[in-house]
Amino acid sequence: MDIDLPEYPFPQPTALEPPPEWAELRSGCPVAEVRLASGDPALLLTRYSDVRQVLSDPRFNRLLNAEDAARITANESGGVFGAEQAEKTPTGEAHQRWRRLVGRYFTAKRMAAMQPRIQAMAERLLDEMVAGGAPADLVSSYGFPLPVWVICDLLGVPDSDRAKFAYWSDHMLSLTRYQQDEINAAEQEFGRYIWAHVDAKRADPGDDLISELIAVADAEDGQLSQMELVGTAQGLLIAGHETTANMIGKMTAMLLADRSRWEQLVAEPALVRTAVEEALRFDANPGFGLPRYITEEIEVGGTKLPPGTTVITSMAAANRDETAFESAGDMDLRRAPNPHLSFGAGPHSCIGQALARTELQTALTVLLDRLPGLALDVSPEELPRREGLIIGGLERLMVRW
Amino acid sequence: MIRVSVDRERCCGAGQCVLLAPDVFDQGEEDGIVVLLEPEPAEPLHGIVREAEAVCPTGAITTS
Repeated sequence: MDIDLPEYPFPQPTALEPPPEWAELRSGCPVAEVRLASGDPALLLTRYSDVRQVLSDPRFNRLLNAEDAARITANESGGVFGAEQAEKTPTGEAHQRWRRLVGRYFTAKRMAAMQPRIQAMAERLLDEMVAGGAPADLVSSYGFPLPVWVICDLLGVPDSDRAKFAYWSDHMLSLTRYQQDEINAAEQEFGRYIWAHVDAKRADPGDDLISELIAVADAEDGQLSQMELVGTAQGLLIAGHETTANMIGKMTAMLLADRSRWEQLVAEPALVRTAVEEALRFDANPGFGLPRYITEEIEVGGTKLPPGTTVITSMAAANRDETAFESAGDMDLRRAPNPHLSFGAGPHSCIGQALARTELQTALTVLLDRLPGLALDVSPEELPRREGLIIGGLERLMVRW
Repeated sequence: MIRVSVDRERCCGAGQCVLLAPDVFDQGEEDGIVVLLEPEPAEPLHGIVREAEAVCPTGAITTS
């Protein structure tokens, strides 16, 4: 490995601006060799059609525990993309069975029914932030607590354990930030907690996702094993917490960075739905993307990829592809349709996207309603990024009102 | 007039169509998979139904 490969993820000029490599690779090198934090090489895809093709084709699988697959993170276990997680990840028909069992809890109607509770949580958090006085950090006082409260509610975890969940989730999503022993300790503690939580819910079921899944699993002769239940709970925490938490901060920052966007929404709150979709598309700091692995030769973007290849799909780069979106470099709060790839595509497309949309729309509506005078307390160029994690976000978002 | 069809095998239950056009699409209570309520939606719904088709993550909705 004596060739100098570009290191991926690419550094960003500022927290709200995309790396220039995205546009360069889309036009000049849509199947690009890069080096990951582990030191392993992989192929990076940046065009809309290629990313969509790979995510929709089940031959591009998630079995990154294969002998010759690239390791994603700097630590050995690989966190959420590591070998242990791969063992808990159902594929093919088993995935479809899992998806349909869990999917019924994430329907648009169920999420709409949760909306008043989410709104009440958002209002309470904002009241506390306002009571503390301006300036305040919107990330730690609003963006981060809200989704972890919601996911704990969904899993039937007591409110008093919310802080522990936030800590575990942060560690399991490390690319480079924590040492291997810290990540192992967090994974083990979390695993023990969830294992005990599943047992407790089996003995004394409640009105929550885990209890209902256990009931189905046990009634149908162990349709979901204990391991799959634990993997499901772990996946939902990680997927349901950091992603939405970071997005609340980034979305607010994008809207305030050019205050005419914020004022447009204050004047026309009906735009919240399309504005949320556009913020998801326009996110320049999404984190790693989705890795996939193949065991047979498949052609993508005119290049034949050999068996044993690991590809990284950059949904965020694809979301700015001019061939898929008119004026892709402009944030247009009315854009519709907006078939962005921020929730992935195909059979593994984010199962919690109706929940994420409900949370983001609610978080934004409550902010617009309560704090129409909201403004950044720093210049957009100075917004600090969270570094070394698989999911990108802002470390802080200081605001006044 | 447009005619809507859905592919329940392809559907992954993302729920976008239900959020956009709840009078046309629903999700099954047992599996979260799409249920077509109105195969020939009225003219005022055509725009939003086409949007649902465009943003479906698995391409499970087609209009003709």
